Amino acid sequence: MSGLSISRRGLLAGMSAVGASAALSACGAKTGSDTSSDSAAKADTSGSTVKVGLLNSLSGTMAISEVTVHNSLLLAIKEINAAGGVLGKKLKPISQDGASDWPTFAEKAEALITDDKVVATFGCWTSASRKAVKPVFERYKSLLFYPVQYEGLEESPYIFYIGATTNQQIVPALDYLKKQGLTKLYLVGSDYVFPRTANKIIKAYAKAKGMTVVGEDYAPLGSTEFGTIVNKVKDSGADAVFNTLNGDSNVAFFKEYKSSGLTAKSMPVLSVSIAEEEVKSIGTQYLEGQLTAWNYYETTPGAANTKFVKAYQAAYGKGKPTSDPMEAAYISVYLWKEMVEKAGSFDVAKVKTASDGITFEAPEGKVTVDGASQHVYKTARIGKVAADGLIEEVWNSGGPIKPDPYLKGYSWASGLS
Amino acid sequence: MTVILNQSFTGISIGAVLLLIALGLTLTFGQMGVINMAHGEFIMAGAYTTYVLQKSISSAGVSLLVALPLAFLVAGAMGVLLEWLLIRRLYTRPLDTLLVTWGVSLMLQQLARDIFGAPNVQTSAPDLLTGNISLGGGITFANSRLFILGLALLCVLALTLILKLTPLGRRIRAVVQNRDLAEVSGIATGQVDRMTFFIGSGLAGVAGVALTLVGPIGPTMGTNYIVDAFLVVVVGGIGQLKGSVITAFALGVLQSVLEYSTTVSVAKVMVLVAIVAFLQWRPQGLYTLRTRSLA
Repeated sequence: MSGLSISRRGLLAGMSAVGASAALSACGAKTGSDTSSDSAAKADTSGSTVKVGLLNSLSGTMAISEVTVHNSLLLAIKEINAAGGVLGKKLKPISQDGASDWPTFAEKAEALITDDKVVATFGCWTSASRKAVKPVFERYKSLLFYPVQYEGLEESPYIFYIGATTNQQIVPALDYLKKQGLTKLYLVGSDYVFPRTANKIIKAYAKAKGMTVVGEDYAPLGSTEFGTIVNKVKDSGADAVFNTLNGDSNVAFFKEYKSSGLTAKSMPVLSVSIAEEEVKSIGTQYLEGQLTAWNYYETTPGAANTKFVKAYQAAYGKGKPTSDPMEAAYISVYLWKEMVEKAGSFDVAKVKTASDGITFEAPEGKVTVDGASQHVYKTARIGKVAADGLIEEVWNSGGPIKPDPYLKGYSWASGLS
Repeated sequence: MTVILNQSFTGISIGAVLLLIALGLTLTFGQMGVINMAHGEFIMAGAYTTYVLQKSISSAGVSLLVALPLAFLVAGAMGVLLEWLLIRRLYTRPLDTLLVTWGVSLMLQQLARDIFGAPNVQTSAPDLLTGNISLGGGITFANSRLFILGLALLCVLALTLILKLTPLGRRIRAVVQNRDLAEVSGIATGQVDRMTFFIGSGLAGVAGVALTLVGPIGPTMGTNYIVDAFLVVVVGGIGQLKGSVITAFALGVLQSVLEYSTTVSVAKVMVLVAIVAFLQWRPQGLYTLRTRSLA
């Protein structure tokens, strides 16, 4: 009898809690719509610290990659604070977990802007997560710094793209293959938007520049059966494979590739989604001698990189690799700092105006912000996987390439988009 | 000619993987009629067993050989536990069994995620298995695939011998053919069921070890294969070992030949269409079991 009354009391308490939280969330929604009708969420810059948002997947399938980006962002913030902060204010990082789930990304982005009143947000990895948060940042007129190479064909006024667009990664990679006399290509990719878009660009390039695409195959994301695809590649008489496979399919593909007797010498594979971290997990024995295309490698020479690698390993453990997206994340905070200081204000519109021409001595070399496209001038680098699992540069574009997300400067690309 | 030989070999090796996975199902689904959705997670358990072993035994070759019997025991024990805790209470309710084992499958996937982390892991294959045998003229057989093929055939042979020659096998067949009559003849059917489930689940564990040679190890690796494995059992004829063997190789070769001339997805669709057409014509599958039961 007494048990029943307790449970009834518990039920009542639970019901009132539900009522209270419903009231709270209604209230939250109200302030949300207020701020958006106010045309912008006011970032809070009144105190001696300002908040910056970090939006990465700290759990779920993308966590393996995004946690390293998160670490790099925290490292940059720590360094900036140690040097006196931005405009005399210390940065306070607010981390939100996107949980590898795209609607969650949008929800957390909104929370960062409206609840935490951050002055800028850094993060996202997959194009799907970027596309999910894009309308949020545009609605609240708040800034996102995106650190990963992507498929181009996008320019949001409220996103700064710090990773490479196609003309800074895929196009130079094709230039390199052509120069090596590897003109017959076989395209292998995962079956989703990035590989299909990339391959469309590759085919347009090949058609205009006298290269041939002898085959094209897509495997479902996560697929582990590559026997037939590798046989087709082998019989195709291709000079090289252009690999846009993503994630774990790479493991199965390279295992099959090696056991079929194909080697980096007989038919090199150029990959655009395999960085130092992935080399470790796929296994160096399968990748040694294969090619990659990025803007930064752990082995990139220069004092700025030596300092970055040393600082990262001191903070997160000896032997931890640094990769292109991590480097881009690291410099994105510094680039934002330079923009704010040039503008003399945290105000988004002023920061955007100040962005053009901002330069930074990055680990990858000097980078410059292109204010019009809100992308970054970056040097393209082709690397070769070495026996120790690091990637050694074999070619670079000689200097930073102007970002061209819509490939407007390339006549052969006119039929795309 | 080279193309045909290479593709047939690829097809046969796909078939071998399918066969290894389907073998356990021919016992648990075919003989016992239990739709065990957690079968894929026993595959995963076998694969993770290999991974854990390789971390403690540095030699890839030794750890692979030790992993085979150990994965059989680990997956088998999980199967027995599942049978004893849940499935035996649900023998007359096949739909409930399906739902319950599906729930168990989700729980096991999450458990793997919590123990080993969400990202997939890899094992390194022994050097002997990373190369290939070349027959000249561009015909090559990958060693790892030959190993899987050998393993699959060995499992078929062992299972056939157990079913035909041992007292346990005789009891299993008796229970399948007529459960009631077997029971009144003094066979402890509950015990036989548990042993059948042990062997069937154990074979899934062995399949898991083989899969580590092909791809990465992850919480959802089993679910990628489970549908194909059920197809093999259904097309082969429920409860028929030889039906599963023939079907597995036939589907593997069909898939790889079609894939060569089209794409992965189109080939998959065509194989499924072929299966549907075949089952229209022969709903009972390739082989049927003649039983003396009245039902």
